[in-house]
Amino acid sequence: MDSSNGLRLRLLGFGRSLDPTLLAVLGALTLVGLITLYSAASDHPGNFGSQLRNFAFAALIMLVFAGFSPSVLKRVAVPVYAVGLVALLAVLVAGVSVKGAQRWLDIGFTRVQPAEIMKLGVPLMLAWYFDRRAGTLRSVDFLLAFLIVLVPVGLIARQPDLGTALLVLAAGFFVIFFAGLPWRWLIAMGVTGLAALPVVWSFMHDYQRNRILTLLDPMSDPLGKGFHTLQSMIAIGSGGVFGKGWMQGTQTHLEFIPERTTDFIFAVYSEEFGLVGNLVLTLLFFVLVARALAIAGHAATPFSRLLAGAIGMILFTYAFVNMAMVSGILPVVGVPLPLISYGGTALVTMGMACGMLMTIQRHRKLVQS
Amino acid sequence: MKPLRNPEREVLHFRERLMVASVVVALGFAALCLRFGWLQVVRHGEFQARAEQNRIAQVPVTANRGLIKDRNGIIIAKNYSAYTLEIEPAKVEDLDATIDALSAVVEIQPKERRRFHKMLDDFKHLDSVPIRTRLSDEEVARFAAQRYRFPGVELRARLFRQYPMGETASHLLGYIGRVSTKDEERIDHFGQPANYNGTDYIGKIGVESSYEEQLHGTTGFEQVEITAGGHPVRTLARTPSVPGDNLILSVDIRLQQIVERAFGDRRGALIAIEPATGDILAFVSKPTFDPNLFVEGIDPANWDALNGSIDKPLLNRALRGTYPIGSTYKPFLALAALELGKRRPDSITYDPGYWSYGGHLFREGGPKGGHGAVDLHKSIVVSSDVYYYALANDLGVDAIHDFMQPFGFGELTGVDMEGELAGVLPSSEWNERRYHQKWYGGETISIGIGQGKNAFTLLQLAHATATLANNGVIMKPHLVKAIEDALTGKRTLTVSSESGRIALHPGNIELVRSAMVGVTTDPSGTAYLAFKGAPYSAAGKTGTAQVVGIAQNEKYNEKTVEERHRDHSLFIAFAPAEPGAQPRIAIALLVENGGWGALAAAPIARAVMDYYLLGKEPAPGAAGAGN
Repeated sequence: MDSSNGLRLRLLGFGRSLDPTLLAVLGALTLVGLITLYSAASDHPGNFGSQLRNFAFAALIMLVFAGFSPSVLKRVAVPVYAVGLVALLAVLVAGVSVKGAQRWLDIGFTRVQPAEIMKLGVPLMLAWYFDRRAGTLRSVDFLLAFLIVLVPVGLIARQPDLGTALLVLAAGFFVIFFAGLPWRWLIAMGVTGLAALPVVWSFMHDYQRNRILTLLDPMSDPLGKGFHTLQSMIAIGSGGVFGKGWMQGTQTHLEFIPERTTDFIFAVYSEEFGLVGNLVLTLLFFVLVARALAIAGHAATPFSRLLAGAIGMILFTYAFVNMAMVSGILPVVGVPLPLISYGGTALVTMGMACGMLMTIQRHRKLVQS
Repeated sequence: MKPLRNPEREVLHFRERLMVASVVVALGFAALCLRFGWLQVVRHGEFQARAEQNRIAQVPVTANRGLIKDRNGIIIAKNYSAYTLEIEPAKVEDLDATIDALSAVVEIQPKERRRFHKMLDDFKHLDSVPIRTRLSDEEVARFAAQRYRFPGVELRARLFRQYPMGETASHLLGYIGRVSTKDEERIDHFGQPANYNGTDYIGKIGVESSYEEQLHGTTGFEQVEITAGGHPVRTLARTPSVPGDNLILSVDIRLQQIVERAFGDRRGALIAIEPATGDILAFVSKPTFDPNLFVEGIDPANWDALNGSIDKPLLNRALRGTYPIGSTYKPFLALAALELGKRRPDSITYDPGYWSYGGHLFREGGPKGGHGAVDLHKSIVVSSDVYYYALANDLGVDAIHDFMQPFGFGELTGVDMEGELAGVLPSSEWNERRYHQKWYGGETISIGIGQGKNAFTLLQLAHATATLANNGVIMKPHLVKAIEDALTGKRTLTVSSESGRIALHPGNIELVRSAMVGVTTDPSGTAYLAFKGAPYSAAGKTGTAQVVGIAQNEKYNEKTVEERHRDHSLFIAFAPAEPGAQPRIAIALLVENGGWGALAAAPIARAVMDYYLLGKEPAPGAAGAGN
């Protein structure tokens, strides 16, 4: 009796220590996600149930990670990165090919995508590295940091999985940026990047080039390459200010929107809830990102603040890239909309990231400097 | 760079970077919101319209084509519903492999395969081309079970045209066929492209073509909500189609059948008209063909057989065959002589069996030494050529032309069927225009016995005979008597009223009529034997037309050529023909290369009269025995 009472008090205490703003905005996004998926997957009702289980599992993961102390995260950073790197090499040698891309690793009972590990593995590793070097940073540290990022990014890009490679690159870049990458480096990199565009173009696969060409003029080939973008733009535009109403989207329910439960689910939401719904959703994501950045601002250690800052910007990148792609201002890359798109892997990654934010917030610096 | 040693300064630097990141985040989300505003407010109308366009398909609902019935309500063209197997060429990579695989499921004959390829060539705009029609229930079930193996092959229920009487009245009915590029021009010309949206078939010839507008009906439309895959989900709105009107023909299809049977294998044409109304009672052109062959596109083998035949079964002889009409012209010339005062009824012309003009002897068939003294009555009964040689010479070609024109010789009758030919009623003016030479007086002599440059259609001859029987009152001949609303059954008569009147003295008509009755009743009459024992009075005239200048063709064997040099056999008649009676039927017929008119043509006329006036069916083979 005593011990169970004590456990209850401890759990209550743990619950109260979690950030209420973060919990509220995550709850709201989960609600939006489930409502939208119910409509998008109306022809596959099973998806809704399995997404409910995914959410439950992701929530559990989040709470577990929220329970770890940031020092635990710091300790696992190097092993996670190392395991991820080995797995990426293994994919290169013995991966399973699906649709012309070698992304999966068969580990007996299931298949995993090692690239997914690196979405958080790279920022963890970099945060650990800069934390160790805190106070003694030199130019060479930034060079080494870029190496830590570019090795896995290169391996992922070779699979090929350009979308994930860019997301991992972005995640790594955010840590380096927050660690204090000098502005002149940034400017030099920007200029070099622009100059290198033609070279990148020449290394691209046809389908990747098509996605970019389509973006520039989706009407040029409305039934071919441009079909995805055009149909999702029609869905969004026809939604108008107030939307067509839940379950009433014609583009959705007559199957004009491709990948409508996963990457293009935002078009479903947008068609049914209109501009008002879009502004609400954008606001929710803004609050989520702002809260993550605020947590970073009050974090106790360099490791924590770099990790929290990077997680905030990763969340922003996912939400922005997905909505920009669906509304036709970025090329089509395989990026799900956090908490809204159907799929367990992305949710688990989200759960981990948010759990990390929560434990960083629990262990924040209590004295304002 | 210099290392940073102060942790406090480090935190400040970090917060500076956070500020920059926050600005980037705010700008990013703001850009998205602007994009949403652009798509959902500014361009909302455009995308709304596109979403509706995506969602809603206008599906035409084809109207049922009107039926065609005879004057007694017997159906001679109808529709039936059947399953077809159709291939959408755009969706099939290897057509031949698909057809091979299909033939293991349903039977596909080489004939059907050829027709498929021909249709593919002929109609490039077709989305879907039938490979098999009229599938049995069992075949439908077998294909349905294996449908997944055949993407681009669809099972469709369609309405088909059927002509239940087969070869009967084919030249009259015509047929429908697939809409061709030429038909599309015609549709555009009449401003009907919307109404033909979804229509696969159109009348090609015959009544099916000339009454296309009435038969087709009005195409309806369904607004159907469709999925991206094109599958209909539900119907949003429906404008029903209006079925085409039924045609009630003036033709008596049983009479038509009796005539066609009476002709047997012989070539020729017969038109029967009700004089008081202009109703065409029978419209026969032999040989006939089976219009059902054309509906789904005729296969090459059948086409070659029909088109290459020496008998020209596709030629509408009644409407488009122009012939010299021989002695059947004589009653009209006799009437001209009386009306123009060139002969009195008792004027005698001596007939020694020949007539000389400008040193040339015009001979006649018939008894050796001629018919002796011939008056007007006898000239028709025994068919004296000499009487008409002299008469034609006295009248002159232009007087003959002017008298005959109102009867419709050499003129379009205006019958309600496309493709009618006018033929030639010669005059000196026409001759100069046509041949750039003066009319030679000797040519007029041949005109007197219906030879020479005369070339009339059987329809014209029947029409003129009906006008004569109707005392000079002209009724435009027509094939369709009434248009029947398919839904209400309400009939609208199309029958024209009197379209003209030729001023003739009743006494003169009576003289000619009486002489024509003599042809069938006087033992010396040329059709006496054919009409012996008839319980009604019939006015008739035989005719024998020389076949001149048949095209020599090496393909035809000698015997056939010989047979085809024989004279055409003609006959005109009307009955009942008692004084003061209103004739119920007037006919004109021709048996190609039938020989003497009294032998081949007159017995067919007898069979027609016996059936139409007495309801007597001819004994099998009886009427055809004249050959």
